[in-house]
Amino acid sequence: MSYTFQFGVIAQYQNEILAGIWMTIKLSVASIILGCAAGILLASIRSMKTGIGRILVDAYVEIIRNTPFLVQLFIVYFGMPGLGIRVSAVTAALIGMTINLAAYSTEIIRAGIESIHKSQIEAGEALGFTRLQIYRHVIIMPAIAKVYPALCSQFVLMMLASSVCSAISTNELAASAAFVESQSFRSFEIYIVVTLIYLALALTLRGVLAVIGLWLFGRRVARRTAIALPEVQT
Amino acid sequence: MILRTFGFSEFGFLVSALLWTVVLTIIALGGGGIVGFFIALARTSTHKWLRIVAATYIQIIQGIPVLMILFLSYYGLSLAGLQLPPLVAAGASMTIYASGYLAEIWRGCIQSVPKQQWEASESLAMTRVQQYRYVILPQALRISLPSTVGFAVQVVKNTSITSIIGFVELARAGQLINNATFQPFRVFLAVAALYFVVCYPLSQLSRWLERRLHARSHR
Repeated sequence: MSYTFQFGVIAQYQNEILAGIWMTIKLSVASIILGCAAGILLASIRSMKTGIGRILVDAYVEIIRNTPFLVQLFIVYFGMPGLGIRVSAVTAALIGMTINLAAYSTEIIRAGIESIHKSQIEAGEALGFTRLQIYRHVIIMPAIAKVYPALCSQFVLMMLASSVCSAISTNELAASAAFVESQSFRSFEIYIVVTLIYLALALTLRGVLAVIGLWLFGRRVARRTAIALPEVQT
Repeated sequence: MILRTFGFSEFGFLVSALLWTVVLTIIALGGGGIVGFFIALARTSTHKWLRIVAATYIQIIQGIPVLMILFLSYYGLSLAGLQLPPLVAAGASMTIYASGYLAEIWRGCIQSVPKQQWEASESLAMTRVQQYRYVILPQALRISLPSTVGFAVQVVKNTSITSIIGFVELARAGQLINNATFQPFRVFLAVAALYFVVCYPLSQLSRWLERRLHARSHR
């Protein structure tokens, strides 16, 4: 192979790359917070025994989980202006990521809620908890503690999947890479560097989520979060 | 100029592109299955270094975006002086991607076979290969079915990312049709519907296998 690798060129473009990293972090954090909140809400609706809400949430979760993230982004970014809703590429990415992550977190948190035994709720009633107290202390928090590692794996996968947003011209890390590549023609070098940055981001995010787990749920959950690999949700 | 509208022949084009999505999925699962199988074996091997190498491979593949695997194989193969069609780059990267995840899924399945099965087969003087062939793998295979089928859904969906390097599968075909018709909402909804038609039965199959496995182990 007569190719000479030149990584030095990339240093000239560090501002573009840093801006891309920053955008990826912002999009990921925002979508994790919004998606997780929506997931808690939808999983709570889903756990009601009857009602149209349950059917709607099920339909939403199945539709999102059985279509590609890229196509969801296309619908938000290219399709919605036809309905009179025009959004910027960054907003479209955030909407797409939130919609996607909400469906997965709903499914994960629902499994957590279902694993809460009925006797726990009865014990809460016996202690004179109000309905809201039971919901918060007996159902939601223990449910999330149980599924926290799986939830975090999904968050990491979402951060990695945000690279796809470059296809709708969101200027995050993968788009920065494409820009630098088009300027420097050092394709392989730039993508090696950016791949390593993504790896570092994934490991950092996992570490941060483990620390949050330690703070919220204690040492056992934090440890499981730190060692868990992104598991495949089926 | 008269714009084309999204009609029957355009939908037919999408359906024919769906074929390429399926082809790519089969390549990814076939290739990734073979590579992933050996990595899963290495991951559960008795050699410490083999385990570490396999675990590192899995960590790296699961810690980087599919898009980056795609770009690296796309540009890497051309750097190596190979002039290859996009299908090869797409197939290679989807293989690498699938191998990292399948290896981890199957590692879990191999390790969930009860330890007594290892001990029993060892006391029958089986070699390591015989233990795998006749005792461990047949049981692990049964455990692995639901999650493997579930992962196939992820592969079908992630083949859409190969559209970014210009491989014409369903998502790319949707973009092409959209460029000709300017009816993005309709076109991409049709694309999503086609993905759903493939993925939903697979998801349900995975769920059914899961229930069946669960029912058996609790008998």
